Amino acid sequence: MKKFLLTLFLIAFMLVMAHAGYSMTLNGAGATFPYPVYAQWAYKYEKLRGVKLNYQSIGSGGGIAQIKAKTVDFGASDAPMRAEELKKYNLFQFPMIMGGVVPVIHIKGVSNEQMKLCAKVLANIFLGKIRKWNDPAIRKLNPGLALPDREITVVHRADGSGTTWIFTNYLDKISKEWHKKVGTGKAVSWPTGVGGKGNEGVSAYVQKVNGAIGYVEFAYALQNGLTTVRLENRAGRFVAPTIRSFQSAAAHADWAHAPGFYMVLTDQPGPESWPITGASFILIYRVQTRPNRARAMLTFFDWAYRHGAGIAKKLGYVPMPEKIVKLVEEAWKENLKDTQGNPLWK
Amino acid sequence: MGSAFVLPLLILGLFVALTGLSLPSIKRFGLHFIVSPAWNPVKHDFGALSSIYGTLVSTFIAMILAVPLSLAIALFQVELVPPVIGRVVGSAIELLAAIPSIIYGMWGLFVFAPFMADHVQPFLARIGGNLPLFKGPPMGIGMLTAGLILALMILPFITSVTSDVFRMVPAHLKESAYGMGSTTFEVARKITLRYGIDGVVGAGFLGLGRALGETMAVTFVIGNSHRISASLFTGANSIASTLANEFTEASDPLYLSSLVELGLILLILTVMVQILSQLWLRRMRRKTGKGM
Repeated sequence: MKKFLLTLFLIAFMLVMAHAGYSMTLNGAGATFPYPVYAQWAYKYEKLRGVKLNYQSIGSGGGIAQIKAKTVDFGASDAPMRAEELKKYNLFQFPMIMGGVVPVIHIKGVSNEQMKLCAKVLANIFLGKIRKWNDPAIRKLNPGLALPDREITVVHRADGSGTTWIFTNYLDKISKEWHKKVGTGKAVSWPTGVGGKGNEGVSAYVQKVNGAIGYVEFAYALQNGLTTVRLENRAGRFVAPTIRSFQSAAAHADWAHAPGFYMVLTDQPGPESWPITGASFILIYRVQTRPNRARAMLTFFDWAYRHGAGIAKKLGYVPMPEKIVKLVEEAWKENLKDTQGNPLWK
Repeated sequence: MGSAFVLPLLILGLFVALTGLSLPSIKRFGLHFIVSPAWNPVKHDFGALSSIYGTLVSTFIAMILAVPLSLAIALFQVELVPPVIGRVVGSAIELLAAIPSIIYGMWGLFVFAPFMADHVQPFLARIGGNLPLFKGPPMGIGMLTAGLILALMILPFITSVTSDVFRMVPAHLKESAYGMGSTTFEVARKITLRYGIDGVVGAGFLGLGRALGETMAVTFVIGNSHRISASLFTGANSIASTLANEFTEASDPLYLSSLVELGLILLILTVMVQILSQLWLRRMRRKTGKGM
């Protein structure tokens, strides 16, 4: 028996070694928001270059915790870390992809992009102050829609999430009451509603419950065919969630003057801008003990910047503009070193 | 011999580890943690009350439905039908017990919850009139659905143990009762049930223990909101579902340690249930040993 187990162990060990020799596997963990695009990139990249990327979408907070614990090569988060915090943990942060968070609804008879909501009404729904779909405030914005006398079921995330961070950051900016009662966070004390686990969980609840409103990353709304709404932006225009409206919001960001690439893209100006736009960030250590792995990782990110735009757009994300990619890669050269102090990226 | 010591040590170790990890939260909130309904990660204010409440209420719903039903099924199996049919029913029920809880969860969310929303909840709201228990929009998910799914999950456990106990009732006891002219109902009530009562209670505690800690199925359907509401239609949460949802994202030390303290409370609850059941069983055994 012992001998058998030993043999089994040896075989397993050899298999693992053989696999490791055959291809490199890079490990990352974090945000669920960019997971669909990271997964597609990884799939394509492995086919092209033979380098495997294993990305676990455990959530932004989890991503930060895992990179701090050094169990992964990189972490990913939708809520940017502040420059002071990055310094404290000797981490480096850069934006990888941008996208939109969209409110999704399920009301029988109301189809995609038909309903219009303004910031105040959205906040009041999530505060639990507007309780029915035929509330005068909603009717006033949607005179043409037949709105049912149905109670609103708010669906939020049950787990902590960068998507929640972006969404609550927006509500925090546009509603004083939200700011006072709830605030911004990856997990908050929701005044009303039920919680689903992950973007998938929220999508499932919204699809199941008649009269529901939730919020998901745009890709999930697209893939699941959820009903989205038009939102009033800062310029007072009602815009639909599209790649163009996300791009318009992203265009206003001044990355060059953002220390540690700390940037929040919610409630941006511009007549076309989607108000709940966000960027997703990658976190890696400034000093890399295994330069080969680190270089392979940066090569992957570089490939994704340069060749991943098509995949990203197809999934409803906004790729980083070339100007910003240059900025990021300049910062790689300056900040990322091996243990001898040599730059990792040339 | 050695393993006999390992198990208590393991439990002790669990206690020590959980207590150690929850120290920051114990220090910060003290006993107030247990009675505070707050759960606000933004303001770092945590309390266990809503989770404890959800755990107890969903378990209570499950128990009041599952215990009488399992008793009825077990008596049916043992007393009423020919042994062949009894065995078929028995193995079907044991099969139910073998289904992984995640399957119950998915079935609960995709099949059972819409059914609840379309049929059961509107019906309850109509006959319940103004009862606060059945207020609110019929979402299909929430405390009631979680309780029902839990009942379904513990039903096979309780049934299979109970029917085993009933089968062990000595035949001569039953035959004597029948010989004296008892009806089937009387035999079931006065002989089988009375003889097997300690086993029935033990089975109940087994189900209770499982219901308290059940995680995946509950997480799917309970609605996951930190709220204490009289209505069974609203979303709630249990200790286990809170842990399943929030552990990965709790990056803040106080948040994490509050979650660990929730785990500690769940452990204490389950251990208490086990101790109670042991005490009860011992008492019953002493009594029945003298009696029948």
